[in-house]
Amino acid sequence: MGDPRGFLKSARQSNSYREVCERVNDFKDVSLSRPEKQSQEQASRCMDCGTPFCHGSCPIGNYIPEWNDLVFRKQWKKAFEILEAANNFPEFTGRLCPALCEYACVLGINDDPVTIRENELAIIEYGFEHGFVKPKTISSRTGKRVAVVGSGPAGLSCADQLNKAGHEVVVFERDNKIGGILRYGIPDFKLEKSIIDRRLAILKKEGIVFETSANISVGAISDCLLQKDFDAICLAGGSRVPRDLKIEGRELKGIYFAMDYLTQSNRRVGEGFKPSPTNFIDAKGKKVVVIGGGDTGSDCVGTAHRQGASCVTQIEVLPMPMECRTDSQPWPRYPILLKTTSSHEEGGVRHWAVLTKKFMGENGVLKKLSCVKVEFFETQGKACPVMKEIPGSRFEIEADMAILAVGFLQPEHEGLLNNLKVGFDNRGNVKTDSNYKTSVEKVFSAGDMRRGQSLVVWAISEGRQSAHFIDKYLMGESSLPLM
Amino acid sequence: MKTNHSFPKKQGLYDPQFERDSCGVGFVCNVKGEKSNAIIKQGIEVLARLSHRGAVGADPKTGDGAGILIQIPDEFFRKIAKDNKIELPEKGLYGTGLIFLPQDDKDREFCKEVFNKIIKSNGQVMLGWRKVPVDGSCIGKCAKATEPVFEQVFIAKGENIDSELSFERKLYVIRKEIENIIRESDLNQKKYFYITNLSCRTFSYKGLLMPGQVKDFFLDLKDDSVKSALCMAHSRYSTNTFPAWDLAQPFRFLAHNGEINTLRGNVNGIRAREKLLASEFFGTDIEKLKPVIIEGGSDSAVIDNVFELLLLSGRPLEHAIMMLIPEAWEHNKFMNKELKDFYKYHACFMEPWDGPAAIAFTDGKNIGAVLDRNGLRPARYIITKNDFVVMASEAGVLDIDPADIKVSGRIEPGKMLFIDTESGRIVDNSEIKERVSNHSPYGKWNSQSLVDFSKLVSAAASNQKSEDIISSLKAFGYTREDLKTIIRPMALEGKEPVGSMGNDAPHAFLSNKSQMLYSYFKQLFAQVTNPAIDSIREKLVMSLESFIGPEKNILEETPGHSHKLRVKNPILTDDELQGLRDISINGFKTKTIYIFFDASTGKEGFSKALERICFEAEYAIEKGYSFIILSDRGSDRDNIALPALLATSAIHHYLVKKTTRSQVALVVESAEPREVHHMALLFGYGADCVNPYLAHEAVAYLIEEKEIRIELKTALKNYNKALTDGILKILSKMGISALRSYRGAQIFEALGLSDDLIEKYFTGTVSRIGGVSLDGIAEETISRHKDAYKQKDMGMSYLASGGVYQWKKDGEFHLWNPESIANLQDASRNNDIEKYKEFARLINDQSANPVTLRSLLKFSDRGGTVMPVSIEEVEPVENIMKRFATGAMSFGSISRPAHETIAIAMNRIGGKSNTGEGGEDPNRFVTLPNGDSRRSAIKQVASGRFGVTINYLVNADEIQIKIAQGAKPGEGGQLPGHKVSEIIARTRYTTPGVTLISPPPHHDIYSIEDLAQLIFDLKNANPKARVSVKLVSEIGVGTVAAGVAKGHADMILISGGDGGTGASPQSSIKYAGLPWELGLSETHQTLMLNNLRSRVRLQTDGQIRTGRDVAIAALLGAEEYGFCTAVLIVMGCVMLRHCHLNNCSVGVATQDDILQKRFSGKPEYIVNYFHFVAEELRQIMASLGIKTIDEMIGRSDLLELDESIVPLKAKGIDYSRILYKPDVPGNTAVRCVLKQDSGLDNVLDKELIKMCKDALTKNKPVKISMNINNTNRATGTMLSGEVCKTCGDGVLLEDTITCKFKGTAGQSFGAFLAKGITFELEGMTNDYVGKGISGGKIIVYPDKRAQYKPDENVIIGNTAFYGAISGEAYICGTAGERFCIRNSGLYAVVEGVGDHGCEYMTGGRVIILGKTGRNFGAGMSGGIAYVYDEDKTFKQRCNLDMVELEEVKTGDRDTIYNLLNNHFKYTKSKKAKAILDNINEELKKFIRVIPIEYKRILEGVKIEEKLDLKEALDG
Repeated sequence: MGDPRGFLKSARQSNSYREVCERVNDFKDVSLSRPEKQSQEQASRCMDCGTPFCHGSCPIGNYIPEWNDLVFRKQWKKAFEILEAANNFPEFTGRLCPALCEYACVLGINDDPVTIRENELAIIEYGFEHGFVKPKTISSRTGKRVAVVGSGPAGLSCADQLNKAGHEVVVFERDNKIGGILRYGIPDFKLEKSIIDRRLAILKKEGIVFETSANISVGAISDCLLQKDFDAICLAGGSRVPRDLKIEGRELKGIYFAMDYLTQSNRRVGEGFKPSPTNFIDAKGKKVVVIGGGDTGSDCVGTAHRQGASCVTQIEVLPMPMECRTDSQPWPRYPILLKTTSSHEEGGVRHWAVLTKKFMGENGVLKKLSCVKVEFFETQGKACPVMKEIPGSRFEIEADMAILAVGFLQPEHEGLLNNLKVGFDNRGNVKTDSNYKTSVEKVFSAGDMRRGQSLVVWAISEGRQSAHFIDKYLMGESSLPLM
Repeated sequence: MKTNHSFPKKQGLYDPQFERDSCGVGFVCNVKGEKSNAIIKQGIEVLARLSHRGAVGADPKTGDGAGILIQIPDEFFRKIAKDNKIELPEKGLYGTGLIFLPQDDKDREFCKEVFNKIIKSNGQVMLGWRKVPVDGSCIGKCAKATEPVFEQVFIAKGENIDSELSFERKLYVIRKEIENIIRESDLNQKKYFYITNLSCRTFSYKGLLMPGQVKDFFLDLKDDSVKSALCMAHSRYSTNTFPAWDLAQPFRFLAHNGEINTLRGNVNGIRAREKLLASEFFGTDIEKLKPVIIEGGSDSAVIDNVFELLLLSGRPLEHAIMMLIPEAWEHNKFMNKELKDFYKYHACFMEPWDGPAAIAFTDGKNIGAVLDRNGLRPARYIITKNDFVVMASEAGVLDIDPADIKVSGRIEPGKMLFIDTESGRIVDNSEIKERVSNHSPYGKWNSQSLVDFSKLVSAAASNQKSEDIISSLKAFGYTREDLKTIIRPMALEGKEPVGSMGNDAPHAFLSNKSQMLYSYFKQLFAQVTNPAIDSIREKLVMSLESFIGPEKNILEETPGHSHKLRVKNPILTDDELQGLRDISINGFKTKTIYIFFDASTGKEGFSKALERICFEAEYAIEKGYSFIILSDRGSDRDNIALPALLATSAIHHYLVKKTTRSQVALVVESAEPREVHHMALLFGYGADCVNPYLAHEAVAYLIEEKEIRIELKTALKNYNKALTDGILKILSKMGISALRSYRGAQIFEALGLSDDLIEKYFTGTVSRIGGVSLDGIAEETISRHKDAYKQKDMGMSYLASGGVYQWKKDGEFHLWNPESIANLQDASRNNDIEKYKEFARLINDQSANPVTLRSLLKFSDRGGTVMPVSIEEVEPVENIMKRFATGAMSFGSISRPAHETIAIAMNRIGGKSNTGEGGEDPNRFVTLPNGDSRRSAIKQVASGRFGVTINYLVNADEIQIKIAQGAKPGEGGQLPGHKVSEIIARTRYTTPGVTLISPPPHHDIYSIEDLAQLIFDLKNANPKARVSVKLVSEIGVGTVAAGVAKGHADMILISGGDGGTGASPQSSIKYAGLPWELGLSETHQTLMLNNLRSRVRLQTDGQIRTGRDVAIAALLGAEEYGFCTAVLIVMGCVMLRHCHLNNCSVGVATQDDILQKRFSGKPEYIVNYFHFVAEELRQIMASLGIKTIDEMIGRSDLLELDESIVPLKAKGIDYSRILYKPDVPGNTAVRCVLKQDSGLDNVLDKELIKMCKDALTKNKPVKISMNINNTNRATGTMLSGEVCKTCGDGVLLEDTITCKFKGTAGQSFGAFLAKGITFELEGMTNDYVGKGISGGKIIVYPDKRAQYKPDENVIIGNTAFYGAISGEAYICGTAGERFCIRNSGLYAVVEGVGDHGCEYMTGGRVIILGKTGRNFGAGMSGGIAYVYDEDKTFKQRCNLDMVELEEVKTGDRDTIYNLLNNHFKYTKSKKAKAILDNINEELKKFIRVIPIEYKRILEGVKIEEKLDLKEALDG
């Protein structure tokens, strides 16, 4: 806390984006980086609370007040070191995290919270720019080998931690490039893929081995390769089975899962991938409806605009959230608030409390959606409000293309998981004990595969925690941090 | 080895070693040595007139002990000897003494037989016994029950004795030998046995009596042939009420009023020296004198033991006393070199026996009295024209014709009154000291032998640096937080870091993080029985200087006795340590002992290393080494360091047990210590010097890392200064002035360490619940080390986060964490009981992370016998909430809206809110239109006395005397000027912008009888309000509480050491004070044992949050419960811990206007919260089958230790002492059922009020005239309260009530005197005149017939006008110490003052027409003093830290002129007249003393804005 009264002197100032008219024409990062001075000023607003709720609400326990203070004092190198102590990939969270911390910021009680996420990003980008981020030499090796299956944020952070603890780590990825959801789920305008490559280069130099296009879900391989060659295995394959909308007309052409849509777009942008005409999914000139009001939906909206959609509509079954906190969601809890992303700023229409009743088409091709307005009622004895359709509120939306962004169900059980015979919880996720260990000896799990669909920051947290327990499993005790 | 008095044995949490006493002391004597019976009568009269300074216990007729010591009344003894058929030899050739003997005939015979045998074996002649007649009808039941048989023994001088003195020595040997035999015997009734004295010069009559009973009990005293030229008298006020016939004073040579704080260290010190004792006077008899000190005696008895040894081995009376109780010589600019050399020489082999002490001493020929260096006990004397002297704790203890008075004086700090009855004269202090200091060429000896440490230069300057600082830091447990929160501010600002809020993290033994050994110890502190010292403002009495190295026989004096190394600063730099290592002067040599062990040997290596270093130390002594360096420099990946504290204490105790400790100095070179608390522990357990090398490297590291941008040299200097200032503060907290006497004094309590660990390595330290063993400590040390190097291998280049001062996810657990805070706020705002239950679960269920002592408790069903009742049967929430109070948070520490919100809420539920220190705006006394009231029911009286007016007191339901505060017990506070806004200044009756300092002690409470006096004063001010006393939990608090109960307090609050604060040093928040569970339980048990529980209510507070907490408090004995932090959180506090920065973003703890507007708390929230707490409590009560809280109090049998939660490392924990129920008679009350008798029935004011009826009801002037004496105390206070209540505050016109008194008034004359009342006193008076005077006028002048010069004689006592609010005072005569201390607005004229005049003054005007003592104006931040400096010496006696001296300005002339005019008008002062007659010339002799800050404000200069965020230490 360089300046204890900083919050009274400076107001919150968020990052700005490139102009809409410019940014919709490309897939490059929409954010503008901010000047050093502004970072300092924003960091000076941090009060270095005796009970830092920001740090408390952060799944990985970022030491937020500490690095805010260091940024304020231009101690970038130290800020970087402290940031890195809790977060393996601040360049991802700094861009993608919904920032639970900012909702818990004490300043947010009666003022605007500190721009924590952007401060984090400023530090890590400063770090890359000034060469702070470099491969470390791991001085002593334990001789133990660990396989990490899946290369999303959970798998990568787990691998990074275990490697630091001196274990030999091999990461297996079924796709042809490393990164999982980071690479294929998130559009470049939010996370340019060079950001991932930059980090991977370091991890490789530090000794992590990456095996891509490694389809280890074939029974023999999983048995032989994993069980015999490795002292431990961490399953971090994510939760990729999408939730479907099984209503009339679902078979029509022009209805896609968001992840299929985004993955293809990402591959086209990042890898120069050219899909075959039959698999080609593109919004150019189309009327697009995105079903699902969450972050994935928003990414689809942004992607569709960039592909040149003629119009984009996003619908959500839940009512429009409040813009500000209410008593029912008091500080410091993470509130459900109306979120307007950069993609929303770029155009399109949003509808709330709308239920899709059926897809309608001509010649097997989608033309319209039939929808109805709904209301929700609190009912005694039920945790969730009950939904009711509003009579006479039926309406239709024209659509050439519909994207289902209504979430994910569970990891794929077929193949690897079933072959390994790991147990599942009642939601279909891999079940572990409190030490991240599955029902199978040597086998651990982390990330969405274990906890279900969640945030990048939770994935990193899972990766770190599981690494601690794997290390402890292998060595009897662990000096890897546990938070 | 214990003495024989009959305190209950150690049981539960009660431990007799913490019994305290304090007293009234006095003597009368005929200077010419003329013996008379009148002297005896007068001595007895003095005793009776001091009786209000003694106390009575549960049994109203049993006193705490009283007695007299006189010269042997030869004439009388001859007479009675004859009656008993004993033939006495000539006077001086027989010795005698009063002996307490067992009731049992056989036991008594055995004792007498021992006398026969030993007298004979020592070559003396047993003459016989005489039964001493007593009248037991007058004494109390309790005393009666343990009354011994009184007999007098007569012994004739043997032929081997050639002088009276050698006979006296022989009698000493005989007494010691008999005592040793009987103590070691297995007599059933040996506790009855006691030899009061055995002497051929003096004789004492004493016993477990009230002062007034002495003359009736001992029938001898009725005989007129009992004659003496001197009579020393003593009346004891003990905290306990257990019969102790043998602790009555006077002892053999002295009588003591006060307390020796450093006792443990002194006792160890004497023990360590016993081996070398040798004296030509005793020869082989010397062995019979050991042990010199009888363990278990009171501090006074112990000092008498040592005093006696020094005297009889050849040192004169005055010499011995100067050795034990030296003046503050270190920084005294006025002391001559010879005397300084004397003190310096003796400091080489005797540490001061430190503490508040007025000691009267006599050897039967000379008699005298001395005051400790601080002058903390009162001692007034009168010398008459006919060679009579009376000295006593008070003036007016004998009626002396004023015309006869030659001198009316007081003993000054460190000074001596000495009367030589043989040569028949009073020897002046300076003469006696000159005589003693010239006895030997001490100066020459010092310059020959003493080596100044600063002269040591090492050729090889050390330049060692850790290769891998990060790993070293980790191995020694440093965290990022240590660097940021502790070391950085110390290096940057040279000050100990300050924090706020309380301690909600686990105690070391409960924590699942590896703990430093230091964290298991808590600092003890002074409360009530002795005062803390202000080490900043009164630094002239403080000293860090040490003389280290091998010692010699203390019974001799030789040039070699001062062959020591003189160290001014005990924190050594690396270069200084190198100098010591290479020392080769005059045979000094140094041995380094390495305190680390091979990492591969693990726990076994740990304990072996401990043994090894002890042997090595012993061997080093044999080899003649003078210094031992205990070093962990060189510990690395392969070598683990022992905890430095353990190593130090292990060797220290090993050597004490071998009685060789005084042969060598122990210097610690360690990476481990870094905080003030660490240093204090090392010194407290025997280290002579410490070199914290890694902490120094850490400072350098912070500079390299650009965390600090100052020069390394400056940073290190700052860091060391922060340490030394901090050490001084810790000393002063205990009331100790010199590091020399603190060293080895072990003023700590261990919490959660096992008995065998303590017994072996920290012998004598209190540890009450057992806990972690040596193995556990070894494991923590080893794991810390292992982790450090493993992390290095992993490339982790950062330290752990810490999380002790600031909550961290991966840090230490805190009960106040985001989750618990959020739930509590939700619950109370939305009145959501489910959320409250979630909150309560988070706090109550600490099975995963135990934090508090109570977390390990569970409710017991007593083997299935507990029958639950239905919840409807339990008393309602509304009843329960009346027992709730909020803690003392001052308006100043929290914002006005927050303060008022609490008051409104508490008034709504019938609970009590507390003003905290700092007064209360009278507007708040008026009820609001909607029926709410912002008035705080509890009005606190703290040491600063801010805003404590008569109106404030009258408007209280409870008046609370804050002795200590959990977060910083024993420390004062400071509200910096920038925080003193208009409104704060108004409520505190000061000037905006002026810094307000609260002194560490109440300057009118230096001992238990002083507290009783303050309680009496406050009761007078508002007889309807109850008076409570707030104490902080520490070992012995129960004993203090017993004393407080005897002082007539209605309620005692036991605060836990974890409680919150607006600002305190971090080390105090963390390491001072103990949990309330211990303090409360100890207090409840001790009060039960004393049968005092029935008279007083108990409250407890300190991090109480839930109904379960309340239930446990009730079961452990509390009737009422205080809440603090939880209430703040309910109002919006989110534990920013920024209170000390005035920067609270939610407007709770700030005075900043902008931030206060952000406050969003509401009274409803608090009401909701308390409902929930009470409801939760009801559920618990129902489950325990209890219907009312009254039934619940003290039912500790309903609690048991939950073994399943106890952490592995602390498996040895034992709560049986906490849950103990004392074995007392069945009808002993378990809770308060009686009202205290406050003794108000006979106060003079009752009469005054009657006489003032016209003034009170019709505002008509009243004039009164009456006599007064010293037993009339707090005169005018009740009247003032009445004036305030009936007429309103400040309504009465000046002089409406005029009272003229004649005589010597008692203490607190005119305390809180209201406006409209004028008190005129012809005569003199005692301490605390006009304390808190609230607009009245006090005039004091000598009796018209007295002929002494007013400006050279004392007319009023110490601490006059303490906390004066406004009014006028004209004193024709001089005052004692601390005149006008903390004056807010009084205008006063006086003709001379003692030390510390105008200390902490914040306003008003004071004119001093004569000499001042030293340290004038210390801590003075406002007001102006005008000192008439005739001889131009004032400047040297003034403390110039905060004030400027200048010439009188034109604007001052009127003030001075008018005040002097009044002074002359009222008192006829000759001095005033002389000045007025020549005013223009005389004004030039006045010096204007004005605080720098105050001057700037007067001149309209604004205080710099940048001060805005300096830390505040108030509240």
